[in-house]
Amino acid sequence: MSILVIAEHDNAALKAATLNTVAAASRIGDDIAVLVAGHNCGAVAQAAAQVAGVKKVLVADAPHYANQLAENVAALVVSVAGGYSHILAPATAAGKNTLPRVAALLDVAQLSDVIKVESPDTFVRPIYAGNVLATVQSSDKVKVMTVRGTAFPAVAATGGSASVEAVAVAADAGVSSFVGQQLTKSDRPELTAAKIIISGGRGMGNGENFKLLEDVADKLGAAVGASRAAVDAGFVPNDYQVGQTGKVVAPALYVAVGISGAIQHLAGMKDSKVIVAINKDEEAPIFQVADYGLVADLFTAVPEMSKELDKLKAA
Amino acid sequence: MKILVAVKRVVDYNVKVRAKADGTGVETANVKMSMNPFDEIAVEEAVRLQEAGKAKEIVAVSLGVAACQDTLRTALAMGADRGVLVETDVELQPLAVAKLLKAVVEKEKPDLVILGKQAIDDDFNQTGQMLAALLGWPQGTFASKVEVGAGTVNVTREIDGGLETVALKLPALVTTDLRLNEPRFVKLPNIMKAKKKPLDVLKPADLGVDIAPRLVTLSVQEPPKRQAGIKVDSVATLVDKLHKEAHVL
Repeated sequence: MSILVIAEHDNAALKAATLNTVAAASRIGDDIAVLVAGHNCGAVAQAAAQVAGVKKVLVADAPHYANQLAENVAALVVSVAGGYSHILAPATAAGKNTLPRVAALLDVAQLSDVIKVESPDTFVRPIYAGNVLATVQSSDKVKVMTVRGTAFPAVAATGGSASVEAVAVAADAGVSSFVGQQLTKSDRPELTAAKIIISGGRGMGNGENFKLLEDVADKLGAAVGASRAAVDAGFVPNDYQVGQTGKVVAPALYVAVGISGAIQHLAGMKDSKVIVAINKDEEAPIFQVADYGLVADLFTAVPEMSKELDKLKAA
Repeated sequence: MKILVAVKRVVDYNVKVRAKADGTGVETANVKMSMNPFDEIAVEEAVRLQEAGKAKEIVAVSLGVAACQDTLRTALAMGADRGVLVETDVELQPLAVAKLLKAVVEKEKPDLVILGKQAIDDDFNQTGQMLAALLGWPQGTFASKVEVGAGTVNVTREIDGGLETVALKLPALVTTDLRLNEPRFVKLPNIMKAKKKPLDVLKPADLGVDIAPRLVTLSVQEPPKRQAGIKVDSVATLVDKLHKEAHVL
């Protein structure tokens, strides 16, 4: 078994999702290499070399890898793929974008969102919004898969001492280019890494009212999320969405506020350790998965919660 | 410009799917089937580009059992001009679908292919990317905005941290995300008209494609059910329990 993990990073820092993916790789075998494709990404390569369990770091540093364009990164992965039995990437926007291209170019299937390694060729993955789990065996010579981070506790970011080697840069495909990005600026933790998440749904009424949640989030060091309904209504940006086709999260505490609990939303948060639901509709399906339910008007309950947290802190 | 859209027939998004008792798959007998919601968004986007004078013809393609004709008729009622069904009873996995679509693309020679980013049944999120790779085309996945220019298309993509825009040379491939548009409701007169639009049926063998599945599903199980907990009567009790009982505050 020889496993290649595609690093998730922004050229400056290695993202935590990489550590979850290395954890999944370590369930398959212990010969683990990490590929860092980027531009001026030396710091990322050094960080990857420290990750526990990583034997080797491959670095491809070129301007046309700066923005993770799938056309270029996939061609690079294929060029270094020889000799690896498994190729893994985190099931993030970048991993989902690039890895199926790699699989197609290698003429193999891809497994998406793997949540369990049964054996080097058999894996478990959710289908139908996680309502059922499929155990799937691959007959391909190379197993290509994206990994759901919440299912594999991260390996330590330090303690490793991998060798770092530069790999030949593949040519720029020249068919796509990066124009720009609008990233949501926030001092709060990232949704997928947060220990506490407070999410709002259609019941929030408008984007302005999300300030109520932000106030509580800041007292808890929490991230703020949303249901699809709240994003579709334009209350908050797309990157807040938790659910089947948004982000999948599993924090220690998930507080759902004004969220009815459609199966598509539950798919993204039902593995949270403790779930709290605040909703004025006592019939809302969210209460069927909540450990603690409060039937109340969120506009009085959330400010009250903020005050109770102050009391708790003072105590 | 010619646009090709791919549409999949899936279990309707409102259906709560259950595993079969013997664990061989999910219960699909007597279950409502619909067009994959992301593919509806793909058809809508193509129709809007046509209405804006950017596209001349829209070809809708579906792959699978004969009943996929219903899904194609929905696409035709939304505004697609022609339908193509690649009919097979074999379980189609994304790589096979991408290879079949590649063969159709080579026949139809569209400038733009639009697909849903993922199907809500198998949740793979692969077919568009695989098709683009096989064609050697650029891809704009998870699109929330598509702007067609001269020989190029700019695609704004929903990514983990927000939005990103890429410029792609045509021919190119786009996969849709939820915020791209809101698909129209199909009106009765358009359903009648759609019945008269051309719909060709092909077989995978006609396209010379190997569609054998690469992945074998060994079992399908429902995950352990989460039990509903307790209702609390006040915010104070809630915070107290989260602190003293659940130890998460």
